[in-house]
Amino acid sequence: MKFHLKVWRQKTCKAPGKLEEYVAENIPAEASFLEMLDIVNSQLTGKNIEPIQFDSDCREGICGTCSLTINGIPHGKGRGTTCQLYMRNFKDGETITIEPFRADAFPVQRDLVTNRSAFDRVIQAGGYISERCGSAPDANAVPISKVIADQAMDAAACIGCGACAAACPNSSAMLFVSAKVTHLGLLPQGKPEKSRRVLNMVHQMDEEGFGNCSNYYACEAVCPAGVPASFIGRMNREFTAASVKEMVGMSV
Amino acid sequence: MTLESNIPDGPLEQKWTNYKNNAKLVSPANKRKFELIVVGSGLAGASAAATLAEQGYKVKCFCYQDSPRRAHSIAAQGGINAAKNYQNDGDSVYRLFYDTIKGGDFRAREANVYRLAEVSTDIIDQCVAQGVPLAREYGGLLANRSFGGAQVSRTFYARGQTGQQLLLGAYAGLSHQIALGSVKMFPRTEMLDLVVVDGHAKGIVVRDLNTGEITTHAGDAVLLCTGGYGNVFYLSTNARGCNVTATFRAYKRGALFANPCYTQIHPTCIPVSGDYQSKLTLMSESLRNDGRIWVPKRKEDCGKEPASIPEEDRDYYLERKYPSYGNLAPRDISSRSAKEVCDEGRGVGPGGLGVYLDFSDAIKRLGQSTIEERYGNLFEMYRNITGENAYERPMRIYPAVHYTMGGLWVDYNLQSNIPGLHVLGEANFSDHGANRLGASALMQGLADGYFVIPYTLGNYLTTQFGKKVDSSHPAFEQALADTNARVKRLMDIKGTKPADDFYRRLGLIIWDYCGMARSAEGLKEAIGKIQALREEFWSDLRILGTDGGINMELERAGRVADFLEFGELMCLDALVRDESCGGHFRVEHQTPEGEALRNDENFSFVSAWKYEGDGNMPSLIKEPLVYEKVKLATRSYK
Repeated sequence: MKFHLKVWRQKTCKAPGKLEEYVAENIPAEASFLEMLDIVNSQLTGKNIEPIQFDSDCREGICGTCSLTINGIPHGKGRGTTCQLYMRNFKDGETITIEPFRADAFPVQRDLVTNRSAFDRVIQAGGYISERCGSAPDANAVPISKVIADQAMDAAACIGCGACAAACPNSSAMLFVSAKVTHLGLLPQGKPEKSRRVLNMVHQMDEEGFGNCSNYYACEAVCPAGVPASFIGRMNREFTAASVKEMVGMSV
Repeated sequence: MTLESNIPDGPLEQKWTNYKNNAKLVSPANKRKFELIVVGSGLAGASAAATLAEQGYKVKCFCYQDSPRRAHSIAAQGGINAAKNYQNDGDSVYRLFYDTIKGGDFRAREANVYRLAEVSTDIIDQCVAQGVPLAREYGGLLANRSFGGAQVSRTFYARGQTGQQLLLGAYAGLSHQIALGSVKMFPRTEMLDLVVVDGHAKGIVVRDLNTGEITTHAGDAVLLCTGGYGNVFYLSTNARGCNVTATFRAYKRGALFANPCYTQIHPTCIPVSGDYQSKLTLMSESLRNDGRIWVPKRKEDCGKEPASIPEEDRDYYLERKYPSYGNLAPRDISSRSAKEVCDEGRGVGPGGLGVYLDFSDAIKRLGQSTIEERYGNLFEMYRNITGENAYERPMRIYPAVHYTMGGLWVDYNLQSNIPGLHVLGEANFSDHGANRLGASALMQGLADGYFVIPYTLGNYLTTQFGKKVDSSHPAFEQALADTNARVKRLMDIKGTKPADDFYRRLGLIIWDYCGMARSAEGLKEAIGKIQALREEFWSDLRILGTDGGINMELERAGRVADFLEFGELMCLDALVRDESCGGHFRVEHQTPEGEALRNDENFSFVSAWKYEGDGNMPSLIKEPLVYEKVKLATRSYK
């Protein structure tokens, strides 16, 4: 197959970037999108053009490293990560525009590589249960209904890729944050810190420059882990309850 | 040089308890004074960094990924073993220990494996306390499934994403400690050398992958938690960035590399489809709980639609050869059987390199919804990659490199032969012998990080009061200069081919000669080919751009350069181990039925290799394997 690529090239974080055009030739239909870029890079190296820098690691859809906006959609069409997109889903001869994930809180480092450490800082603000290794009771001591465990797992499935924030017109990270708040808030082990957690994580999210949710649901549409937007409502309720507690001077 | 494994005295069941009772403690006031370097943030690294920080040590943690949450432990699918016996099916610490020793074909160290089985139960408690959503039954209790090499159900899981959930648990703990200021995290930072001062590991050299800046960090101990070297095969189920650099650089600074030829070829992966391919994708072994593996009995049927081949013309070869374990035979045996039937010309799919994994019986028995609940994401993944629907047509699978049992040599304390250098998780060699059982990698990574190193590190640190070294020491300057020179050397070749060109060829050599079947003749040939390829690499590599800022070609080239040396060591080890055991199958040594034939009399030892300088043959140091509890037996899964 053959494709016309328009690829975002940017030397450094501060340098201006622009779309460069390349032709991708002799691409097998079975190749993944990233393998197509590998082939292009090796062709570029042969022509003395610096290869396109892009992030990827596990290449099986779970690590959340790959982060390309393809024809305007984070991770491209279909519902998976960039690495799980295959060239047979494109038309021969098609023009494909490739950009990094776009969000103020994800500055571009070079070409298609962004800095998503904002997500790590949001987790550091409260996305954990403060337990101590060695002090845990027997794992079966607290039964957890299958329904709750399954729902917690639906939320915990988030891979932290950032497509939600990149897809949102407000660059909101609320799907990401609500997934963690829901996962931990549902489980009995996470209950003691529930209010503190949601307050701290939401504050950090604002601090990082992510916007608010205004119900576009673009996040849900691109989420490779299928995290539902209904968790955002859940988080808002938890946040309101915790804020009221804080306002009336109750300790959280 | 003799190797001290430092196994504590006493009966096997008492060793760890005795050890803990007598281990040296570091007081809280002193813990604050020690600074620890943890390289890697997977299950072993994240759990160690978080736990040691929680205890009061100052920790610096490094990873090459852009976030510690992305370490490759995240991709483990099937589960984690623990001897909880929640199913009341006869499991015990002893059985998990014995299964692991037997699964490893009697080439692992008894005391380490017993300890692993012992702490396995604590891991599950710890993970549940962290909020890891392990699968549950309707009554609210934890669910289990079975895995290869075991006749009990002791595997805990979180859908097909167990590694992800366990890693996110450890990452949450790590994040908590980062927030408290007790861990300083360095993402996108790759370790390029170890600094040894007066025989002790005192620091590392790292390259900031964003800026290209190379710096040194000093610490009171260095913990390598950098995973395995499966990517020496180029195509493997490992992540693209997985590499041998950290452990290999430590080897070049004097750490011994143990059993490099022990690699695991996982039986259930999606077959290779072309030479553009950048990685292989695993389909969890848990699928073998419900899927049946078969190929046509006759070559002529291989091109037919699988559904059109009647039952009597199918060869369910694992069920036929190993009736009591059937499709759950251990990984090495399952992989080799798949290779055998494909070598006979009975493989299916492109190139005849594939066998069927068929769910039609299970779907009939349990209904599609149950199968979907158990393995939904795996079926989805398979559909995505191959464009086929495995609910309707059997999956095609073929073995692929997945895990490496070899690694840096460590004693019972998880300390290498260089004092202060500790090695955890897949990066060490200690627990899986010549073959790892499914769902045991997660167990080992977390055991080492949560429950072993926090107890054993004190024994070393208490010898280091007043022996702090800072990075102005000449050894640091030397290591820094060495690393800078090496990067410059790579950049200055200015040849014609990108690193991947050499890398792909290396992978083919290793796969052909040091893969599922190995021979003395082939291994010798491989060593010659690798040496020639290495020479070509150092004269014809092309890296464009500069060494400042992000340059992934440079990162890649550095890793490939190390694989080009390491691959030779691996072939040498395979050549010297003139027996078959577990994943190491020497065609010269097999039973009449084609099973691995061990030679306990001459090879019941750990091969630890010592670097003797470039161009020189490394020297072999043997650690004899002494079995007090277990009687060596021929593995039988019939």
